[in-house]
Amino acid sequence: MTLAHRIIPCLDTDGARVVKGVNFVGLRDAGDPAVLAARYNAEGADELVVLDIAASRDRRPTFLETIRRVADQLAIPLAAGGGIRTLDDARAVVRAGADKITVNTAAVGRPALISELFGEFGAQAVVLAVDAKHAGDRWEVMVRGGRDATGLDAIAWARQGVSLGAGEILLTSVDRDGTQRGFDIPLTSAIACAVSVPVIASGGAKLPEHFAEVFRDGGADAALAASIFHDSVQPIRGLKEFLAARCIEVRLPC
Amino acid sequence: MKVTLLDYGAGNVTSVERALQRLGAESQRATTPECLGSAEALILPGVGHFAALIRALDERGLRAPLLEALDRGVPFLGICLGLQALYDSSDEAPELHGLQVFPGRIQALPGTVKLPHMGWNQLHLAGGSRLLQGIAPQAYFYFAHSYAVTANGTAHSLATCMHGSEFVAVLERKNINAVQFHPEKSGAPGAQLLSNFLRLAA
Repeated sequence: MTLAHRIIPCLDTDGARVVKGVNFVGLRDAGDPAVLAARYNAEGADELVVLDIAASRDRRPTFLETIRRVADQLAIPLAAGGGIRTLDDARAVVRAGADKITVNTAAVGRPALISELFGEFGAQAVVLAVDAKHAGDRWEVMVRGGRDATGLDAIAWARQGVSLGAGEILLTSVDRDGTQRGFDIPLTSAIACAVSVPVIASGGAKLPEHFAEVFRDGGADAALAASIFHDSVQPIRGLKEFLAARCIEVRLPC
Repeated sequence: MKVTLLDYGAGNVTSVERALQRLGAESQRATTPECLGSAEALILPGVGHFAALIRALDERGLRAPLLEALDRGVPFLGICLGLQALYDSSDEAPELHGLQVFPGRIQALPGTVKLPHMGWNQLHLAGGSRLLQGIAPQAYFYFAHSYAVTANGTAHSLATCMHGSEFVAVLERKNINAVQFHPEKSGAPGAQLLSNFLRLAA
């Protein structure tokens, strides 16, 4: 009887449709978010993340409608983010049906945003997304979809985020993202050891063994991936059975 | 029968509404004391900070009508903070009084484990739960909290969960039911639990 490791599909959207592509280049359509959400809900996903990677102001109403349509399909938790800059942005996302709010670039620019979200929604609803890139003997925080360097140390920033009220860290390795070479284990392990809250590992997943590694050696509490689930390269049920067979606690439907 | 959802501004009211809709149950939101007077079944959803819930109940004048409804025997389900609110007080906001339906104080889970306790966990069953009828004993439920009721010697606890320490997960006493996890986010077992509550309330 222990807490299960979570498997979390991520829907990157342009507001309305799920898209795939690296660094906003060569984006291609990967389907209707509500249809994918219904599939993952049925296949045993433990949670779902929906991100608005365009995050433009004029597309906001479209993204909120997407959250509503996705939430309608789910009997599991939903985190949503992308372009959340203010408490009002977050309120709109929660009202649309998100259980958690994911913040990234705006929190780096104004860390008090984390405290404001904590004050209104509680730590369990505040996910700090940290995009980290290897830089010499440390990891640097990147923003704007992994494009801009900030000079911030990823471990120090994760710690600060938790002290301000973040209840979870969504950690993406910018180096591994899109490579399908597996999660960045040293990075995940360094962050998981540095903070007292759960860590969701992201970036680089392809094989079931990658997930086993990040839970076993990386100390991750959850693991997130996108295209390998969308394309059914890796069915969630099969992935969980693989992990269970290796004595990694996961939630299998009874 | 129509289920009344106490709406004090909590984030998960909409989720509970959606879950009830899927079960074909009608629900309405109650934001004023008058709405509670005629309630046939009550759900108090909650997530976030103890103080936010207690303050909102008091500011909206909902405390007294809620307690009256509980005394009248109206079937009640508290979710997450909606369970914690039933106790005397919480270490999360020691200056405030809970609803004092059950004696005791809500305490932080130990710092030896990752907090919040977030994700899917299993229950340790004491047996005889009405809410858990027809649900496999090894079923997982979704939790998202840092505070809890210590299981030690708590009356009316029908299931506990373990995260750093053992805490109350399911509480049942006459018409009063409460769960520390989120049935509205707990897949099929969660839907079964809500459906069991609706049957009890019918």
